[in-house]
Amino acid sequence: MQQRKTMRSGDQPWVKWSLITLAIITTMLMLVIPLVLIFDMALSAGAGTYWDNLTNRYTQHAIGLTLLVAALTVPINLVFGIFLAWLVTRFEFPGRKALITLIDIPFAVSPVVAGLLYLLLYGSNGWLGGWLMERDVQLMFSWPGIVMVTVFVTCPFVARELIPLMQQQGREEEEAGVVLGATGWQLFRRITLPNIQWALLYGVVLTNARAVGEFGAVSVVSGNIRGETNTLSLHVELLYQDYNVVGAFASASLLAGIALLTIVVKSFVEWRQARQRAPLDDLSDSR
Amino acid sequence: MNRSLSGLLPGRSSQPGKRVLPGFALSLGISLFFISVVLILPVTGLIAHTAGMGWEQYWAVITDERVVASYKVTLWTAAVASVINALVGLLLAWVLVRYEFPGKRIMDALVDLPFALPTAVAGITLAALFAQDGWYGQFFDLLGLKISFTPLGIIVAMSFTSLPFVVRTVQPVLEDQAPEDEEAAVSLGASDWTVFRRILFPAIWPALMTGIGLSFTRSLGEFGAVIFIAGNMPYVSEITSLMIFVRLQEFDHAAASAIASVVLMASLVLLLGINLWQARYLRRLHGR
Repeated sequence: MQQRKTMRSGDQPWVKWSLITLAIITTMLMLVIPLVLIFDMALSAGAGTYWDNLTNRYTQHAIGLTLLVAALTVPINLVFGIFLAWLVTRFEFPGRKALITLIDIPFAVSPVVAGLLYLLLYGSNGWLGGWLMERDVQLMFSWPGIVMVTVFVTCPFVARELIPLMQQQGREEEEAGVVLGATGWQLFRRITLPNIQWALLYGVVLTNARAVGEFGAVSVVSGNIRGETNTLSLHVELLYQDYNVVGAFASASLLAGIALLTIVVKSFVEWRQARQRAPLDDLSDSR
Repeated sequence: MNRSLSGLLPGRSSQPGKRVLPGFALSLGISLFFISVVLILPVTGLIAHTAGMGWEQYWAVITDERVVASYKVTLWTAAVASVINALVGLLLAWVLVRYEFPGKRIMDALVDLPFALPTAVAGITLAALFAQDGWYGQFFDLLGLKISFTPLGIIVAMSFTSLPFVVRTVQPVLEDQAPEDEEAAVSLGASDWTVFRRILFPAIWPALMTGIGLSFTRSLGEFGAVIFIAGNMPYVSEITSLMIFVRLQEFDHAAASAIASVVLMASLVLLLGINLWQARYLRRLHGR
């Protein structure tokens, strides 16, 4: 009547606990302490200075511009991401795989190169830039340029979150809807959206986090004009180079707050998805 | 439920050419328009720009001594950072999948921090930590080791920003690993190391390689986090992304785009390689 105790590799207590300890130390050193340092530095000159740093005119402008960039970038990439995911998961057509690879380009390209691509095209001596210049439209070194490169840099996020999920869910439910006479919009509202809402939320949060924090690409096309084309990330750099380290960390703490919010939402979304999947897993186990 | 429904449908969904669902033309149109305008047009712009340079000038720019030094620095630091990430990533993935302990969910969530934290913030934070009088820097100073303003700082920044890749690629594979093989091996007296080498490693190494590849690609292009800590000394701690930036600030657009074309080609080749690698590995996984 001896109970079978299954041992897997690494289950011996000393192995287990030394690996866990090592992992906790690593996480502390690489992730937790850096995070603590940001807030410690931001508050190092007292709460009053922290508040002054955040309500400073240039900081306020940088916050406003950053919010504007995110507010324009996120909806654009949301719409694109949904259409692309629908296209590649619901239809078979030649070039489908190539499309999925193409969408990864912004992940692989250095942000500085991304910024340069746009500068070359739309800058005053670029192909389209010259033509636009004659019509008094200046995109580079002003906020539209910042939005454009941010759209480039963040365009894979929503699609990347949706594609695996929609692939896995299959198209049967929507096809049933068509047979029952649903219109395209009804299909999306009633069937697709409820199925993908959490992944969509996470895609949006990731897009937002990157849009708010993009640095390399934006610094190429912004021209860093204080109080005009300075986003929060650029503002952090500018203050840091002015040896206003406390001010730089005050702005950085806002960005770190958004980052923390992002990982909280991610954990929540994963928890929801695990709960949604759980009944299905039970079914497949009993088969 | 899903399967039984599909059997009722008039046109079988797997049949190509029969499109039951609406929106093909619309989604194809929007996707192609967006990809052309946002991705392909700027890339062709760069190609056109460099094509106008002439081969000799192009070659002179991309093989300039200082630029070549920046390739070397970027490549070797990215390689070291990827190896560090492979080890740390494997440890974290293993601990997160195999063990239960207090704070596990927080650790799991924190792994994504480097992706969520803006790179400029990561840059100034690491620079402050590893400065000579910083929280970490003072200990390295006792050892006589300088991290800030040296290539070691670049490695630190790259390892931080690409830390999640290996964890997130290895984690799902470890989760799917069936326990039977391992149990059999352990009950037959195999040591942990033998089980790891003979059973676990063969199962996870394709995912591990994907993670290392992604981490390496990201590190090659990393800019924001690196420039704050690297000191950016020409020939010593200047990365290629910064080289492009420097040329731009000298208003030498031709040189900037030539160097950028090298970086772009390298990252596209890596991206394609990783995709092909994954396709091959996934095919094997599904026995097709």
